[in-house]
Amino acid sequence: MRAYADWVKAAQDCGLKIGQVVIHEQMAELEQSEDELRLRMRAHLEVMRQSVTAGLSGDRLSHTGLSGGDAAKVWARRGQTLTLTGPVINGAIARALAVAEVNAGMGKIVAAPTAGSCGVLPAVLLTVEEQLRIAEEDLVTALFTAAGVGMIIADRASVSGAEGGCQAEIGSAAAMAAAAAAELGGGSAAQTAAAAAIALKSLLGLVCDPVAGLVEVPCIKRNATATTLALTAAEMALAGIASAIPLDEVIDVMGEIGHQMPCALRETAQGGLAMSPTGQRIRAKFV
Amino acid sequence: MVGPSSSHTAGAVRLGKMARTILGGMPERAQVILHGSFAQTGKGHGTYEALAAGLLGLNPDNERIPEALSLAAAQGLKVEFRTADLGDVHPNTVKFILTDGQERNVEVTGSSIGGGRIRIERVNEFPVEITGDYPALIVLHQDLPGVVAQVTSLLAAAQVNIAQMRVAREKKGAQALMVVETDQRVAPAAVELMHKVPAVLRALVIEPWQER
Repeated sequence: MRAYADWVKAAQDCGLKIGQVVIHEQMAELEQSEDELRLRMRAHLEVMRQSVTAGLSGDRLSHTGLSGGDAAKVWARRGQTLTLTGPVINGAIARALAVAEVNAGMGKIVAAPTAGSCGVLPAVLLTVEEQLRIAEEDLVTALFTAAGVGMIIADRASVSGAEGGCQAEIGSAAAMAAAAAAELGGGSAAQTAAAAAIALKSLLGLVCDPVAGLVEVPCIKRNATATTLALTAAEMALAGIASAIPLDEVIDVMGEIGHQMPCALRETAQGGLAMSPTGQRIRAKFV
Repeated sequence: MVGPSSSHTAGAVRLGKMARTILGGMPERAQVILHGSFAQTGKGHGTYEALAAGLLGLNPDNERIPEALSLAAAQGLKVEFRTADLGDVHPNTVKFILTDGQERNVEVTGSSIGGGRIRIERVNEFPVEITGDYPALIVLHQDLPGVVAQVTSLLAAAQVNIAQMRVAREKKGAQALMVVETDQRVAPAAVELMHKVPAVLRALVIEPWQER
C-alpha cells in the first residue's frame, strides 16, 4: 500500500517538493509528460477560479432554494467593516461557501476530493495566493501535493461519505488543503504531512448526515469551517509543530472509524441532522 | 464535474455511460434499480438525472446533466427508476437492465466508490471488476480450452500489456466472460481479429476515463 511517508522521504532525498514527487509518480503511472499533467491541472485550477467567482456573485440559488447567497454576504463584509477574523479568514470563508453553493446549484466545480467537499481546496489555495502572492505554477504544484494526499487517503481508507462518513470527505479535503497550504507557505515535505495529519485528526468521527439527502445542510457551511481549520493546521505545521500520530496512521484510523460508523450516519439521510425535527420537515417539503 | 455530489452525480454519470458501453450503444429501454445511499438520497443529489445522462453518453462535466431526463425523453430513451435492496454491496450501488430494442440486452451492476471513481461489479450473471481507470477489453466467449490463450496472444501481437485479468463462467463448457485491463489501448483491428476466433461471441473495448 502506498504511504505518504515514502513520498516525504523521496522528496527529502531528491530535494523536491511533494507535488513534484507526485508528478513523477503520475508520469510513470499514466505514461504522460509533466507538461501534459500540468496542463490538465491548470485547467482544474481555472475551473476552481471560475467557481469561486460565480459563487461570490451571489445570484445562484439551489433548486430547493435552501442555499445560495451566503458567500456574497460574507464577502461584502470585507469592504464595509472591520471584520472579526480579518481579511484572510473572511476571504477564505467566503470562497469556500461560494464554491459549495455553486455545487449545490448543480454548477461546474472540481471534486476535491468530492463534490460535497469541493469548496475547501480552492478557498485555501486562492486565499494563500492572495496573502503570499504565489505564482501560478507553484499553485499548480501545490494542487499535485493536495492530490497526492487525496490519493493516499483513497488508497488506505476512503473519500466516500457513504463509506466513511463526512470525515472521509471534508476531513480529506481539509487534509489535502492543509498540505498544499503548508507547501505554499514554504514548509518542508515533512511539514506538509504534519499539516495534513493535524487537519484530519481534527475532523475524525464526523458523520455524514445531509438533510433530505441534499448536499446543502450541513455540507455547505462545513466547507467554510474546514477551510479555516486547514489554514490553522498549516499555520501550526509551519511553526514547526509536529503531529504526534503520523499522517499515514491517522488516515488508517479514519478508515477504521468509518467502518465502525452505523449506516444511518453514512450518507443515507437516516440519522444525525437529517433526522432532527427541522431536518425532517425540510425533507417532507422537498423530497 | 457538475455538482452536487461526486459519488451520487459524477460517479453516477460514469456508471450510466459504462453500462451503455457494455450494451454496445444507446439503449432504447432502461430499468434502473438504486440501492442503499443511492436509493435514500439519490433524488436530492440529482442521481436520476446523472444516471440518465450517462446512458445518453454524456460526460460528468456536461452542464446539461440537470436536463438529462427530458433529453432522454426527446431522444427516445425510456428510463424507469426504482429502489431495491441489492444485498451485500457498496452503499452506492445501481443495477441497469438495458435493451437496445433489437437483439442486445444486458444487466450491469456497479458501485460509485467515492470522488467520482466507480467499479462495475457484475455483467449479466458474471462477477467482474472494471474500474475504467485502465483501458479494458471485455470478451464474451464459450468456455473452451485455448480461448484465453488465443485472445491474450492477439493482445501480445498488438504489443498490449495486461495489467489485470479475470475470467468467470456460468458453468463448465457454457458461456464465460473475460475482463482484461490493459496498459495500452486495444486497437479496433485487434478486436476485429478476436471476433474471428470461433468461440468468441462478442468483444468490446472500454476506453479509460480521465477527467478533463
